[in-house]
Amino acid sequence: MTATPGTSRIGDPPAALHVEALTVSYQDVRALDNVTVRILPSRICGLVGVNGSGKSTLFKSLMGLLQPDSGSVRLFGCDNLTARRQGFVSYVPQAEDVDWDFPVSVEDVVLMGRYRHMGATRRPSEHDRHAVGAALARVGLSDLRRRQIGELSGGQRKRAFVARSIAQDAPLLLLDEPFAGVDRTSEATMVALLKELRDEGKTVLVSTHDLAGIPQLCNEAILLHNRVLAHGEPAEVLTHENLAQAFGQPAVREDS
Amino acid sequence: MELLNWIVEPLQYGFLTRALAVTLAAAVVSAVLSCWLILMGWSLMGDAVSHAVLPGVALAYIVGIPFSIGAFVFGAGAVALIGAVKSTSKLKPDTVIGVVFTALFAAGLAIVSSTPSQIDLMHILFGNVLGVTDGELWQVLLLGLLTLTILLLKRKDLTLLAFDRTHAHVLGLNTRFLSALLLGLLALSVVVGLQAVGIILVVAMLITPGATAFLLTRSFDRMLIVAVGITVAAAIAGIYASYYLDISTGAAVVLAQSVAFTAVYLLAPPNGLLFQHLRRRARTPGPGADTAVAIPEGS
Repeated sequence: MTATPGTSRIGDPPAALHVEALTVSYQDVRALDNVTVRILPSRICGLVGVNGSGKSTLFKSLMGLLQPDSGSVRLFGCDNLTARRQGFVSYVPQAEDVDWDFPVSVEDVVLMGRYRHMGATRRPSEHDRHAVGAALARVGLSDLRRRQIGELSGGQRKRAFVARSIAQDAPLLLLDEPFAGVDRTSEATMVALLKELRDEGKTVLVSTHDLAGIPQLCNEAILLHNRVLAHGEPAEVLTHENLAQAFGQPAVREDS
Repeated sequence: MELLNWIVEPLQYGFLTRALAVTLAAAVVSAVLSCWLILMGWSLMGDAVSHAVLPGVALAYIVGIPFSIGAFVFGAGAVALIGAVKSTSKLKPDTVIGVVFTALFAAGLAIVSSTPSQIDLMHILFGNVLGVTDGELWQVLLLGLLTLTILLLKRKDLTLLAFDRTHAHVLGLNTRFLSALLLGLLALSVVVGLQAVGIILVVAMLITPGATAFLLTRSFDRMLIVAVGITVAAAIAGIYASYYLDISTGAAVVLAQSVAFTAVYLLAPPNGLLFQHLRRRARTPGPGADTAVAIPEGS
């Protein structure tokens, strides 16, 4: 008996992430149109599309920040609120969504991943401290733990937030543009780290503009243009025809 | 001995010790709250709530109930009204705040002006800390203690809310409740601060200490401690200045806070104007420049 509570069908492996016929609109604009996506556990999936193609909307829907017009989101067989309360979901924000002047240390940020494990006043236990220390060591930031978060480089900042996900021990990681503004070395470190996490059973959904890096990093890719244009092996998805459809005419077009 | 005498003399008057107690209580509560307000970007909200309580205070005097009840009802009401208009129109938040609080403030002025003279508008607007009764002192102390206790118990969640609302939501915390809690505590702090410095200046106590501490610290817990330290010093300095220089108490307290802010802004390492200037002049990277100097923005 290996049934997980909340599994939809017997014999069906519970998807880490199951979006079914999801439609989301902002006033008159349809951001997601009948999107259906299933991602199995222990996979890295790249999410590709132009700005305005609905990547952020999909992330927000997965985090339960938006009310869809129709359709559903299930995470590990649970509805969104249950999944969040179980600590199943973690999120690495885009650089521009973070107040880098905020008076918190790197360690404070990682500790925020443990809040679900703590009591009402969020007093960390020995176990929480240990988890934070281990997460920091894992991303190579142990020496910088006392730094104010804005005193890190672009790549280090990203790793601090990945450490927060590790400390949280969430089975699903959502990363919004983790490679933007990050140098090559940091990107390589991050790619290796994400693959390690996948091999431990974590599921990773990562939005990225770095098409060239996708086959190296991802098991699968989704090409989004308000609806799913393609979903599958990176090589099958990132064909010239598909990319032309997703990005309009060839990317070197001069006029806007 | 002379100095001791100088210190003790004002405290022989009961009204002055009460004034000191009220000012200190209000200043500490506001200073603690101000740390979150400025990080949330809610400074204008403090201004709005403080002005919006005027009709509440006036009506409380007319009906004969404690002023704090009227003030709290209208403070919380203003917050709710701002939230409602914001979510049902395409107006920007500062516009909505501006429309709502001026409307309520004007309503308050109208009520005060249409009732016989038992309400002293000047006392409501500019505070009357020297005329505080024992009953009012207890109101302030109890409400202050309540606000402070809730703030300190919930401080980790409120800091998470201010830093990364999305993460708070993703962890399944109720971010709407936490926002409402913080706004409710803002209304309570305004009620506490009214007695000390009045409606017009209470917003200074809700912004300046946090702003000053923010410039000085890089950890939130230290920011809280520094904000409280500065505000206590300013409150005491203000009371004594008011006694010996014979100036308005509320004004003296707020001025003392502003002096502290100005000094920090200009002089405090590592980011005061003076140090920025010195750094620009001595562009030679020396040893020891590793900890205090922020790494330049990479992205």
